[in-house]
Order: sequence, then structure tokens, then C-alpha cells
Amino acid sequence: MARMKFLCDSDRCIECNACVTACKNEHEVPWGINRRRVVTINDGKPGERSISMACMHCTDAPCAAVCPTSCFYTTADAIVLHDKDTCIGCGYCFYACPFGAPQYPRVGNFGSRGKMDKCTYCAGGPQADNSPVEYVQYGSNRIAEGKLPLCAEMCSTKALLAGDGQMIATIYRERVRARGYGAGAWGWRTAYRETVTV
Amino acid sequence: MIRFPHWLAMLLLALSLGAAPAVAQISGTPTNPVSPTISAEELELQKALTGGRIAGRITIPDAQQGSLIQPAGRDWRDFHNVTLAWVGGISVLGMAGIVLLFYLSKGRIKIDAGRSGRTIRRFGLLERTAHWMVASSFIVLAISGLNLTFGRFLLLPLVGPDSFATISLWGKYAHNFLSFPFTLGIAVMLLVWVKDNIPNGADIAWFKAGGGLIGSGHPPAARFNGGQKMVFWITVLGGTAVAVSGYFLVFPFFATDIAGQQLAHIVHGVVSVLMTAAMLGHIYIGSLGMEGAFDAMGSGDVDLNWAREHHSLWVDEQMSSARKTVAPDGARAAGAD
Repeated sequence: MARMKFLCDSDRCIECNACVTACKNEHEVPWGINRRRVVTINDGKPGERSISMACMHCTDAPCAAVCPTSCFYTTADAIVLHDKDTCIGCGYCFYACPFGAPQYPRVGNFGSRGKMDKCTYCAGGPQADNSPVEYVQYGSNRIAEGKLPLCAEMCSTKALLAGDGQMIATIYRERVRARGYGAGAWGWRTAYRETVTV
Repeated sequence: MIRFPHWLAMLLLALSLGAAPAVAQISGTPTNPVSPTISAEELELQKALTGGRIAGRITIPDAQQGSLIQPAGRDWRDFHNVTLAWVGGISVLGMAGIVLLFYLSKGRIKIDAGRSGRTIRRFGLLERTAHWMVASSFIVLAISGLNLTFGRFLLLPLVGPDSFATISLWGKYAHNFLSFPFTLGIAVMLLVWVKDNIPNGADIAWFKAGGGLIGSGHPPAARFNGGQKMVFWITVLGGTAVAVSGYFLVFPFFATDIAGQQLAHIVHGVVSVLMTAAMLGHIYIGSLGMEGAFDAMGSGDVDLNWAREHHSLWVDEQMSSARKTVAPDGARAAGAD
């Protein structure tokens, strides 16, 4: 089994937001929720980088560790998913998440936030694969169809890589070796306690 | 003399100096178009060690999404899963253990002189209403709050994930909405009782005498003894802390960012479990632990002998003011003149 990861090559990301749009469209994500977003650091200064960020599907995921109802589970591909039927919208996963991945459909707690929503790595949820009920709650299940997440598949500069961690790390290392530089794998130290060294 | 234009000299100089590297650039390796100085790994390590977040500009309205990586989430996780679980477990179970040991060794504290059959008014309707409003909401708040930290280990295996999610969801609604009567009651309690709860010398003597709980005898006390004043201030100050931090949590990101939300939760969690432990002691001594004590908050009228034993100074004061009402200063007994 693969160990699925995301890797954003920020030396290639051009902040086109196609990944954000692809994700929203593929899963019909409601207004106000962004499972993926592009953050630009050092905007307008030397060292400006744009990084596409979503749930990193952490090893020993903090969201799962703090969830009061234990609604998270990890698939055989190490994708971190959750069950919206047992989520109570308490917001704890957002406090623990290093990447700000969990999203809530309603803003205030007196709208009671609603069931948490986050990137599923295009792997749906606990319902039957690609059933209508799964689609309504979690969006499409591309993994069950043998496809990779659409955000990475759509990426125009192939900055965003998705797939087995070792394979995408190898691709990234080859790029860095060829062009002579690279900012590294954003979030890998925090999410997987490892870094991509060249 | 024809003056050689200054700008022409500069142009010639630039051309002669610039020509060689320009040629080399075309034939050699292309230079790096962007600064290669940034390192994701180093930035993350730095933020993990010094605190703070890697953040930047976003093009969506949700300002919280500008935070790219916040390693502080790991610290909050440790607080929630380890620190809070231990502090909560030890304080609540510890207090329950102390209360049990106290009951087993000392039993129910009786009224030494027995019931007199006469009562004295201790708490009026407003006071009792405020007390029970806070007390009843506190019990639900405490149980639904403890459920968020301990429920997944204690209750989830018993009732299964679906029932547990339903219970926890309604617990969350109750927790959010009962915060209002709780907070209102705390404010009323502060207003009606603060004048009788200013610590003074009598409290020191009361604590030195063990409050009558350890050893025997009844140290003198006014309307509230040292222990009750402690409960009052724990309730008012702790209640204020949990209310303020709780409203930060109930209006997420309204007035603060992710670090503020984590801090609000830390304050809320620690103060809540300590208050819960303190209230276990308060509930015990006000009900099972002492004969005659419950009447104060039940009917509002306590037995005179109970009041004399536990609040001697208060009884004296009430008696003398009652005497003044019956016989004002200057009144003389019939036939005295």
C-alpha cells in the first residue's frame, strides 16, 4: 500500500488557484469552505513564495488525537478521513491542526458551526464508495476509481504533487538536482516528521 | 573647447564593462530567476521552536486561512490530551476521594445541641434562585464539559459511536446555551453576597481552628465562614474566568486568532476542572456531609441551633437587630417609669 502525501513545489507554484477551483468544483464544496487554498508568503518582497495548502493527511494526525468523539480514521493508504455523522462541530480539530485544514459551514458557534469539512484526498468518507450519500457529504471519491486528487492532477505547472510519499519526493529531488535549488517540502517536517533532503 | 558630454562617457563605460558578462550569460547556465534563500524546513523548525506561524496573503475572505503552518497546534494537542486529562482526572477524582475519606472517618456532622425546633431566615428567594440557577446549569456544564475530554474513553465504549455523538452534540448545545443563566446567576450572586464575603481576621481564626471540620468545636463565624468565603470567591472569580474564556470559544475568531482560541481553551479547561473539584466538596458539605446545612438553600430557614454552632457572630447580629426592631433604642419596659 502506498503512503499518500501532498508536496507543493513552491518554486513552481504561480498562484493561479486552479487547484482551489478544481477542488471546489469536483466536490461541490459550499460557499465559505475552502478545502484547499493558496497562501503567498513574503508577498511583494524578495523570497515571495506561493504554497497550495490543504489537509496534509498527517502521520499521527493531531485532529484525530484531540477529537472528542473519535470521528477520524485512517485508510490503508494513510489518508486521514472523518465521519460527519459523529462529528459534533466542536472546533477542536481546527485548534490542533497545524495547517488550518478543518472548515465549518457556519461561522459562529450559535450557528453551531455544522459538521467539519476538510480535504478528503478525493477519497470520500465512510459511506459506500461513490454512492450519492457519500457525494453529498464528502464529494467525489476519485481514489476508489484509481485516480489521484484532482487538485494535483489539474496543476498547470505540476507544482502540486500527490501520490505515494516516496515517489513524489523522488520527483521533487530530481527537479531540485536539475535546476539547482528548491525551498523544500512545505509542511512535511510538521506533518510527517521528515524532510526531503537533496 | 568642445565639452565631452558626461552621459556619453557613462554610456561608453557601461558598454565596455557590460559586454563580456552579457555574452557569457547567453552561453552559460541560466541564472536563478528567484531567490533560493528560503527553506521550508528551516522556517518550520524556527516556528516550532520560537512559536508563531508561517503566514501570508490569501485571496479568500476567511482570514484564518492566511495561516499556512502553525506548529503550536501540537502544543495545544499535548495540553488537551495530556495536561488537561491529568489535571482534570487528579483534581476531580482526588476531591471525590477526599470527600469519601472524610465521610468514612468523620461521618455526617450533626447539630451538637440537636434541632431546637426554631428556625432563622438565612437566604431569601432571590439568593436561593440565583444559587440554584448557577448550581443547576453548572452541573450540566460540568458533565457536558468533562464529556469532551473523558467521554471518548469512558462513555463511548459503553454506548457506541452513534449514541455518543448524539449525546455529545446535545451536550454541546446545552453547554453553549446554559452559559447564559450561569453567567447571569454569577453576577447576581456577586452583587447580593459580596458585602458578606470580604475576608477578615475572623476567617484566619476560623482556618486556624480547622474550620470545625478537623478536630472538634465550632470557631465563631459571621454570615459566611472562611470556607464559604473561599467557595464564594472560587465561584465568582473562577466563574468569571470560565465565562469570559467560554464566550471566546463560543464566538470563534470573533475577537481573536488561532493562538487566542487555544489560550481561551486552556484557561477554560483548567479553571473548569478545578472549579468542578471544588464544587464536589461544596455539594458534599451542603447536603450529605452536615445535618441542617441543606435547609439554608432549601427552604431558606435554618435551625437556630445549627446557626448558633456554625455562624455564631451572624446569629448574635441578627438577634440584636431583631431586638432593636421589637424594642427600638430608648424604648423602656412597661412600668419602668
